[in-house]
Amino acid sequence: MPILEYEALEVALPGMARPILDGVSLSVAEGEAVALVGESGSGKSVTARAALGLLPAGARVGGQVRVGGAELIGADADTVRAVRTGKASMIFQDPRAGINPVRRVGDFLTEQLRLVGGRSKAEAEARVLELLGAVGLPDPPRHLRQYPHQMSGGMLQRVMIAGALTADPRLLLCDEPTTALDVTTQAEIMAILRRLQREKGLGLLLITHDLDLAAATCDRIYVMYAGRIVETGTAAELLAAPRHPYTAGLLGSSPPLHGELTRLVPIPGSPMSLAQSAPGCAFFDRCHFAQPGRCDQAAPPLAPLGAGMVACHRVDELANSAAQEIR
Amino acid sequence: MTPTTLLRVAGSAARRLLGMAVTLLVTSFLVFSSLYLAPGDPASFLVKGRSASPQELLAIRQQYGFDDPFPVRYWHWLEGVLHGDLGRSYLFHQSVGEVLAARLPATLLLVGVAALLIAVLGVGAGIVGALRRGTRTGSAVLLLVTVGAAVPSFVAAIVLRSVFGVQLGWFPTIGNGTDLLDRLHHVALPAIALSVTFMALVTRVTRSSMLDELRREHVEVALSRGLPRRTVIRRHVLRNALGPIVTVGGLLVSGMLVSTAIVETAFGMSGIGSLLVQCVDQLDFQVVQAIVLLVVAVFVVVNTVVDLVHPLIDPRVRAAGGAR
Ligand SMILES: Nc1ncnc2c1ncn2[C@@H]1O[C@H](COP(=O)(O)OP(=O)(O)O)[C@@H](O)[C@H]1O
Ligand code: SF4
Ligand SMILES: [Mg+2]
Repeated sequence: MPILEYEALEVALPGMARPILDGVSLSVAEGEAVALVGESGSGKSVTARAALGLLPAGARVGGQVRVGGAELIGADADTVRAVRTGKASMIFQDPRAGINPVRRVGDFLTEQLRLVGGRSKAEAEARVLELLGAVGLPDPPRHLRQYPHQMSGGMLQRVMIAGALTADPRLLLCDEPTTALDVTTQAEIMAILRRLQREKGLGLLLITHDLDLAAATCDRIYVMYAGRIVETGTAAELLAAPRHPYTAGLLGSSPPLHGELTRLVPIPGSPMSLAQSAPGCAFFDRCHFAQPGRCDQAAPPLAPLGAGMVACHRVDELANSAAQEIR
Repeated sequence: MTPTTLLRVAGSAARRLLGMAVTLLVTSFLVFSSLYLAPGDPASFLVKGRSASPQELLAIRQQYGFDDPFPVRYWHWLEGVLHGDLGRSYLFHQSVGEVLAARLPATLLLVGVAALLIAVLGVGAGIVGALRRGTRTGSAVLLLVTVGAAVPSFVAAIVLRSVFGVQLGWFPTIGNGTDLLDRLHHVALPAIALSVTFMALVTRVTRSSMLDELRREHVEVALSRGLPRRTVIRRHVLRNALGPIVTVGGLLVSGMLVSTAIVETAFGMSGIGSLLVQCVDQLDFQVVQAIVLLVVAVFVVVNTVVDLVHPLIDPRVRAAGGAR
């Protein structure tokens, strides 16, 4: 049984006709590392938060989200709390914004154990000290007494990771865990996450806009554009032979159609949410291969192709030409 | 604490005390000179009713020192104040200290009860207004804030007195009361009248500060860790929203002290506020000076306390102070 499973998740904000997530299906097996990749605004955070029952206020929601078998859509408070305190935890992008600045780091780390887990202060602190060591902080007892502003961003993200592990979750949701950090720290944090994920056999959903980082960390990758999954496959496949024009664009590599551009090119235009985009393929305005009269009529379905899945009307033509071109 | 930390704390405390002393000194000078320049001759007032001969007037003027040059009078007065002697009231034929001491308890009770009302109801309404934003309850809080802020305390006093005092007869309409219960009974309506405007202000500040803090990402993080909403509100929203509430609360205290002039007079209470009105009216300068100085002293002390409390509320302030 997968530890995390989305089935056709649809989320629409109040007052908006079109949803921000449309038919998102995704799964993470026990102990598996999966990435969800896409540009900013594509709906990755909304997707990840749904796994903890955190949805935008007043949103209309369809589909299913299960964590460890527990259905979260329409769930009662107890079910949601059970998921949040032992099944899944989230590591957020900016640890400085994510930890209360007026309370001690020790408060942040122990409060879940003390206030929900019913442990004593001493028990909670013993557990937390152990975790602070595991995330590589030099002086755990001192860190417990520090305030967030007394620690660097990298140290705080380690605190955040330790805080996510206090309840012994089976699933770790990481929403751009290194985006707010400097480059050297990014590598350290990713190394810690991967080590802990393997050691503890955690399911991992890594959210990032960086396809290379995703491929280096995860077994499988989902690519999201404007609230829809547009391609999925193993990391190796996706990196070697991206089949959706958007995936190729994210890699900054030559698009797969034979005889066309081969330089490194950024994706033209800017990302948009599904709510803004025209009917048909949401990538239409930015796609090199867009065919008016075809691509802008109906949204391409996510269809199996080889070992993965792709949502593009022209994928057959593109794949054929790409296959001849594999370098 | 390391010796350097101690030194720094002592140094900043000394700076604060010095600042307080300078503020009070400057105020005393301003107060003294403005009353000195005010029109009206207190000596002729003292003999009011009776026709006094020029000799009598002169005697009075000399007795009270009305004819000494300004710096001399200021110096005498300041010297007295520093020795705890605030001068004599020629209206009451008592030392100013005694006059104030007799009326202070009633005013403290009034301001204390009003402050309690503001702290409980004002902050409470602000919390409800923030948490129930966009609902009927939330709109009701906003409406009350708008109305409350627009009602001057003398209007509140007149309305409360005539409705709950005169017509319904639930509360006494005049005087201070005798034992504690009776005093509380007497102070209820004045305290409400005194608190309305300030309560509206505190509610507004609490509400907006809570709304700011509710939006913080760490609040969502706390919720994502399964902490109950109530716990998150208390530990991460209300706790973080305290700064502006405490600051505004501190600023209000001296404003309330001034407003007792209106409320005490309207309810025929004997306190510092009604005393101020009476002594301004009758040109009893020594008493007026002492009261104004008292209000400024309260203002300065409360603000210093607020400054000292802030680092406890927000440790980042402590860090910024230390870096100076
Ligand atoms: N609480 C919210 N209220 C209104 N719009 C939201 C909210 N959360 C997300 N959105 C919108 O949904 C879209 C997807 O957002 P998000 O999931 O944060 O994207 P990503 O994490 O991929 O950058 C964006 O257009 C964003 O503006
Ligand atoms: S469906 Fe058309 S527009 Fe959309 S990605 Fe494929 S080729 Fe481009
Ligand atoms: Mg995001």
